[in-house]
Amino acid sequence: MHYILEILPSLLSGTVMTLKVFFWTLVCSLPLGVLVSLGRSSRFKPLSWLVSFYIWVMRGTPLLLQLIFVFYGLPNMPFFHIVFERYDAALFAFILNYTAYFAEIFRGGFGAISKGQFEGAKVLGLNYWQTIRKIVVPQVLKIVLPSIGNEVINLVKDSSLVYVIGLGDLLRAGNIASSRDVTLVPLLLVGVIYLLLTLVCTWVLRILEKHFSYYR
Amino acid sequence: MLKLENITKSFEGTTILNNLNLEVKDNAILSVVGPSGAGKTTLLRCIAGLEKADSGKFILNGEPLDPADESAKERIVGVVFQDFNLFPHLTVLQNVSLAPEMVLKQDKKTSEAAAKDLLAQLELSSQANQYPFELSGGQKQRVAIARALAMQPKILCYDEPTSALDPSLRDAVADLILDLKKTGITQIVVTHDPEFAKKIADQLLEVKPINK
Repeated sequence: MHYILEILPSLLSGTVMTLKVFFWTLVCSLPLGVLVSLGRSSRFKPLSWLVSFYIWVMRGTPLLLQLIFVFYGLPNMPFFHIVFERYDAALFAFILNYTAYFAEIFRGGFGAISKGQFEGAKVLGLNYWQTIRKIVVPQVLKIVLPSIGNEVINLVKDSSLVYVIGLGDLLRAGNIASSRDVTLVPLLLVGVIYLLLTLVCTWVLRILEKHFSYYR
Repeated sequence: MLKLENITKSFEGTTILNNLNLEVKDNAILSVVGPSGAGKTTLLRCIAGLEKADSGKFILNGEPLDPADESAKERIVGVVFQDFNLFPHLTVLQNVSLAPEMVLKQDKKTSEAAAKDLLAQLELSSQANQYPFELSGGQKQRVAIARALAMQPKILCYDEPTSALDPSLRDAVADLILDLKKTGITQIVVTHDPEFAKKIADQLLEVKPINK
């Protein structure tokens, strides 16, 4: 018990980093995902192709590789050098990656909205963005919530990949303590903290689903 | 008066409407009848601006009218869809008041007061805060009518208003449509039910499939 209390502060500061990556990725990727999915179904073909290519690359390569590329690769590009701080690099890679996944989920959601909803809005005179904002997105949210929930829980755990560019997250804090003190206790604790985090996510998602159950 | 001149519409080489000419008097009820595939709904969708006619002109009271023009400030044509297309995530009241707020830029108070009046007229006052899934077919249809009327259209189109309802509600719909005549609105009713059509119609248009 004494040992646990001793290592807990470092684990908790790691948890803060994990939560920061988690929070900002969600906040940015969800709205971006909506926009990208609209671009994917755009009638302007070059845009739709470009977006498809982006989604293909993001879903087709490991997130770990993308992290390494953003942090170590971009500064060494032949013509332009983009240098990120570790934390910014992590966020950039995570947002790009999760936006692609969310975009595909939203695309499915948009596809599930019947043509009649668009026509109903159109004959009332609502323009494209009013229709998207007031009619389509509220209904899409209800449809995609279970799939988004899956990704949200994945994100909690995926955030541990930031260790590869030397960011001090929860898993890294546990790893350090574990190899320093030659014990598995810190890693067990890390597991418990991840479980608690996903428990909170599950709980919030359930409340959201309940909120959306006011209509059918 | 609404005038259609030489309206032609085809889909992928199949001509649905061929040089259709039509005049609908103000405040009249026009019934459009004919078998399935004859182009009744296509005609209605062209008038509503959901399809663009390949050629021909729409003229309303001497002025050219482009139903598909999305930038138009007022909604000339309202539509009551066959399966109503109500917005499931909005209450009955919100279904009716949304467009006046978003499109006519009315403030919430004005739009909701007007919506409540319309709901009262259509005997829907006690459903104002319910969601579409809680309503019966007839109630849904009246919400759809209220939603269209809230935009104060000059012409109201119905696509098969009797098809999604119990036969017993047929007469109620007919009465409702005849009743709305008093408000001065022009109504166009597409139906495959000739009896219903005759009951409500001032003018009857029969469309036939075009033989190639």
